[in-house]
Amino acid sequence: MGRYFKDIWEGLYTVLVGMRVTWRHLFTPAVTIQYPDVKLKLPERARNRLYVNMDDCIGCDQCSMVCPVDCITIETIKSTPDVDLGLTSVGTKKRLYVPRFDIDIAKCCYCGLCVYPCPTECIKMTDVYEFSEYERQNLIYSFSVMGQAEIDQAKTKLAAFEKAEAARKAAAAAAKAAASPAAPAKPATPVPSGTPARKPLPPLSSRPAPTTSGPALVKPEAPPATSGPGPATQGQSSLPREEPSPDPETKP
Amino acid sequence: MEETLTQTAAAERPATIPGLGRPLKEHEMVISMGPQHPSTHGVLRLELVVDGEVVIDVIPHIGYLHRCFEKHAENMTNYQQVIPYCDRMDYVAAMNNDLGYAIACEKLLKIKVPERVEYIRVIMAELQRIASHLIAVGTYGMDIGAFTPFLYCFRDRERILDIFEQTCGARLLYNYIWIGGLSHDVPENFAEKVRDFCAYFRPNINELNDLLSYNKIFIKRTANVGVLPPEVAINCGASGPVLRGSGVKWDLRKNDPYSVYDRFEWEIPVGTGTMGAVGDCWDRYMVRVHEMEQSVNIIEQAVEKIPPGDVQSAIPKRIRPETSEVYVRTETPKGELGYYIIADGSASPFRVKVRPPCFVNLSLLPTISRGAMIADVVAVLGSIDIVLGEVDR
Amino acid sequence: MKEFLISILQNEILVYCLMAILPLVWIVPFALFAVWLERKVSAHMQDRLGPMRTGGWHGWSQTIADILKLIQKEDIVPAKADSRMFTLAPFVAFTGSYAAFAAIPFSAAYVGSEINIGLFYVISISSLVVVGLLMAGWASNNKWSLLGAMRSAAQIVSYEVPVSLALLAAVMVTGSFDLQEINRAQAGPVWNWFVFQKFPFLLIAAIIYFIASLAEVNRTPFDIPEAESELVAGYHTEYGGMKFALFFLSEYANMFAVSAIAATVFLGGWNSPFGGFLSGPWWGFFWFIAKGMTFVFVQMWLRWTLPRLRVDQLMYVGWKVLIPFSFAVVICVGFWVMLAH
Repeated sequence: MGRYFKDIWEGLYTVLVGMRVTWRHLFTPAVTIQYPDVKLKLPERARNRLYVNMDDCIGCDQCSMVCPVDCITIETIKSTPDVDLGLTSVGTKKRLYVPRFDIDIAKCCYCGLCVYPCPTECIKMTDVYEFSEYERQNLIYSFSVMGQAEIDQAKTKLAAFEKAEAARKAAAAAAKAAASPAAPAKPATPVPSGTPARKPLPPLSSRPAPTTSGPALVKPEAPPATSGPGPATQGQSSLPREEPSPDPETKP
Repeated sequence: MEETLTQTAAAERPATIPGLGRPLKEHEMVISMGPQHPSTHGVLRLELVVDGEVVIDVIPHIGYLHRCFEKHAENMTNYQQVIPYCDRMDYVAAMNNDLGYAIACEKLLKIKVPERVEYIRVIMAELQRIASHLIAVGTYGMDIGAFTPFLYCFRDRERILDIFEQTCGARLLYNYIWIGGLSHDVPENFAEKVRDFCAYFRPNINELNDLLSYNKIFIKRTANVGVLPPEVAINCGASGPVLRGSGVKWDLRKNDPYSVYDRFEWEIPVGTGTMGAVGDCWDRYMVRVHEMEQSVNIIEQAVEKIPPGDVQSAIPKRIRPETSEVYVRTETPKGELGYYIIADGSASPFRVKVRPPCFVNLSLLPTISRGAMIADVVAVLGSIDIVLGEVDR
Repeated sequence: MKEFLISILQNEILVYCLMAILPLVWIVPFALFAVWLERKVSAHMQDRLGPMRTGGWHGWSQTIADILKLIQKEDIVPAKADSRMFTLAPFVAFTGSYAAFAAIPFSAAYVGSEINIGLFYVISISSLVVVGLLMAGWASNNKWSLLGAMRSAAQIVSYEVPVSLALLAAVMVTGSFDLQEINRAQAGPVWNWFVFQKFPFLLIAAIIYFIASLAEVNRTPFDIPEAESELVAGYHTEYGGMKFALFFLSEYANMFAVSAIAATVFLGGWNSPFGGFLSGPWWGFFWFIAKGMTFVFVQMWLRWTLPRLRVDQLMYVGWKVLIPFSFAVVICVGFWVMLAH
């Protein structure tokens, strides 16, 4: 019986306490802003729409390879030695034309992984977040500034140059073969491997014993040395990279 | 001639209800708390077999949010690329997901991260814990019918998200905790902002208690509902606030410490049956509220002690662990998240298997909600606090 | 007012029709205003702003925009639904709410119908709403709507009893069911109001009436029939467009009706709190509306503060808490009145 009256009293009392809280909040100023008339200023590290400064792009393909959702598509054409493509803003010499640099911003997951490996810091995440479109095709951003005529000209020039080079090398090899035997042929351009061949796994050990103490992390040995050629890093990117294909040709 | 409701129902009643294992009795009805429902915290289908208002059985159907995380992890070209995918499993507690994976990979590679990285990781993980519990508590109030605490919780969570945005640029899916370090160092006024947040947040917990936790109607809705006895909880593999709500004092941050958690002083809150039986919904809810307080304690201690250093010095340039396997478990806001990674010497993992806490906790739902009413199923589901991204991965 | 209009228009039937339409003229703008007010009150209690854009100043025409949108929506009747009942249900619910206004005195000069069983009529006719809700839930051919309808029927029927008993206490003091009579009995300064009479019994009766009336209008903490987080929208899940607008209109009309009854019976109705000062037919209307709106505001305040009761707890509160207390109040007030004579 006492429980019954106590419940009723507690019910009324806690309701009144709750009402006091909401009454107080009736007079506190709102914490919201009137978007779109007023917009919040995003912090400088904000990760929103991607932007590529094509003047600085050297076509190294790092961003495209590290993207987890494959939203960046890059095609490059090697330039011939007589053409000077200029320098990037950090001083690297550009050696590749970039006829195609598409980012499908609808696929992009805004992780920012593409920003770190770029050696010239040309791909950036801006603070633009209002970029809805009515057509899905408009969400595929093409950053390349080369016109079709330029692309064709570059391709023909490259083809002609390579033909000339091949002829020259064949003549040199023939001359060498005539001079001395057993000159090994230059190895063919290694085709970049796809998924690296996996070593066969040893039989799985029995369930690892659960550690009750903290994870015993061993002091690290010297970290594995960077291998493979690649554009000079600017000291900022610390992501591991796959070996870039040494001689990027026009991809189909 | 129009068919009446009963005739239609009788004709369509299947012979045996899969999951229930027997045909329906005359007075029973199958309702689908379908994939689209305001209270199921995501796309979850709960098939309720009810007799009037009383629930005879609950059969959860999951898989609506399966995005093949484990398959993606195998196909990435390196270990760091998996981290954005880890974020997206439990999307309200992304820092904790990344932390587990990063610790697992660091164990594979046998590298030790600098102290500064450890402290910042702890601060981020605890801030994320507060944010996740704010969502849990706010949406739980909303499920029970109180709409206002939800907005107060989200207002507080916005402060946390602002801190995250200033640090790494994103509000929800951060890609911040990398293998061997962090993606950015913290901005200059980070410590001050964090201290401001802690000072701002403590009184709000009291306000939440006034408005929701000790409200008699809320207590009536959640006390003695969905009682989970501790033996059942342990046997079913429950973890996190679900387990602690049943009175079991088990928290991986103290019982199996990782990172630098063993350097801070804080309590493990457990459910004590104050308002009803031990292990009811109120206990689980209150454990979350107390955990938010304890997280504030940890953050305040950690932010005083951040050592200087370089957060990116230990990030390996090439990640190629030798053929080995590792299982690492961490305490996320939802429970024990486990990563089992098999490395085969190449640059991408051979297998990443995740042990999601929400999946295991969700399996408790039928056990503890039989015999309750439909409104109680909503209360129990809210107190288990699932995020479908983690259940389905 | 009736005599005045008859003397002008010379046609009794026309006058009766006009008097009957006046509450509608009140209800529709009131509902538009109340929806806007609810959104603003809820917003400010939640540290936000609510409608701000439609119409300029704090979104005052938001509800008008909503009604215009609802009017031009396609009228969807689910395939297997009982279409006649489905279409009729909102009208029945609205009729129940609207008809209750017939006996409520807005002012000393205006009451739709001055019948001597006014209060009795109001309580009974507002039960018509239950029929509408049940029709809606059943005809939707949706298990969730059916659940909502069953719950609402149980709830409204159970809470009729404490409502009637609490009002009965005030009727015993007056000796009449006629609402104008009850109003006139509270004439004078503030302490003549029934809520302060026969202290504390009529105060308890007022509290019981207010809580029970929350259940009558399906407001939190008794909003199980429309429990958004469980039943999506309960009995009006399948309704869209103008039918949904009618349900909404009937809910807000009902809210005002029960607030008006509370104001009339317990707070003095159209009487001014200062006695003779600031009273009269038009001032009476103002005081009546002010008191009604206070109760409406308190209903909104409670909605955004409290969680929802489960259906069996709701029945417990109705049968095992409100009814014993209201019986006790009736007995005590009855003795007091008898002894006072």
